[in-house]
Amino acid sequence: MNLAEGVQIVSFGLLGLAMIGAALGVVLLQNIVYSAFLLGGVFISISGLYLLLNADFVAAAQVLIYVGAVNVLILFAIMLVNKQEDFDPIIGRWVRQGATALVCFGLFSLLGVMVLQTSWSSSTSGAKPAVDTTVLLGEHFFSDFLLPFELASVLLLMALVGAIVIARREYLPEEIVSPQQQPPLTLPERARQPIAISAGTSSSPQSTSE
Amino acid sequence: MQLQYFLLLAAALFSIGIYGLVTSRNAVRVLMSIELMLNAVNLNLLAFSSFLDPQGIKGQVFAVFVITVAAAEAAVGLAIILSIYRNRDTVDMEQFNLLKW
Repeated sequence: MNLAEGVQIVSFGLLGLAMIGAALGVVLLQNIVYSAFLLGGVFISISGLYLLLNADFVAAAQVLIYVGAVNVLILFAIMLVNKQEDFDPIIGRWVRQGATALVCFGLFSLLGVMVLQTSWSSSTSGAKPAVDTTVLLGEHFFSDFLLPFELASVLLLMALVGAIVIARREYLPEEIVSPQQQPPLTLPERARQPIAISAGTSSSPQSTSE
Repeated sequence: MQLQYFLLLAAALFSIGIYGLVTSRNAVRVLMSIELMLNAVNLNLLAFSSFLDPQGIKGQVFAVFVITVAAAEAAVGLAIILSIYRNRDTVDMEQFNLLKW
């Protein structure tokens, strides 16, 4: 990285502020569509931080995969399940939120004290950073990380097939029943009746075999 | 630039992710919080890779693997949310009690 020290500090501050603000918006805003778009802002800010850390390939992959794939997938999921529903109020919910905020702040202060107290032995801080990170990453992937690389491809295939199998509408619910009037430990889905395929009923494909 | 700044930023992002994971009631927002936490881990990995191991960039290799697993997790998680939504007609986390005693 050939940027001057001041430029690095300023861009780090701006990117960090944008990232923390957008992440707080993701968690705290009521409208979930705003949260999804702010999540894209978080990902882009993190990609800028990766550029500050001399990781250009990972920054490009971050923009491609997170902003281009994961964020769009989340937006599609919001559109598919988007129903204006008012959640039932829970008594004492602010107690839960306050306790969680307290625990999270405690965790952050613990981590911060740990980070600031530890003397990181950056003995190689004077070393020049690697220039062509893409070539180095490719060499790592195809020499000493070959087995995890192939396993990642198998994992992606399994996730693809599994997501399609889970999300496909296999059964048809008869009517939507609320969870109160439904017997416990059952699902309202019902096996689809096989459709008779013959010459006589081809005109009315809705008729099911009885 | 120092290593501590990036680690503090990643710790803050991770804490925000945990807060959203515990308190949010919309199931899609839970997935967003998980993505935030995974990104905090990636930031940690790249910071260590840049400051402690600048020549052989093994941290970036691990970050790429984490990104791969995060993409697979997002796909499967959203498929599960769609399936639950079709059965329960809600995305409220408080009503997903099918496996609860």
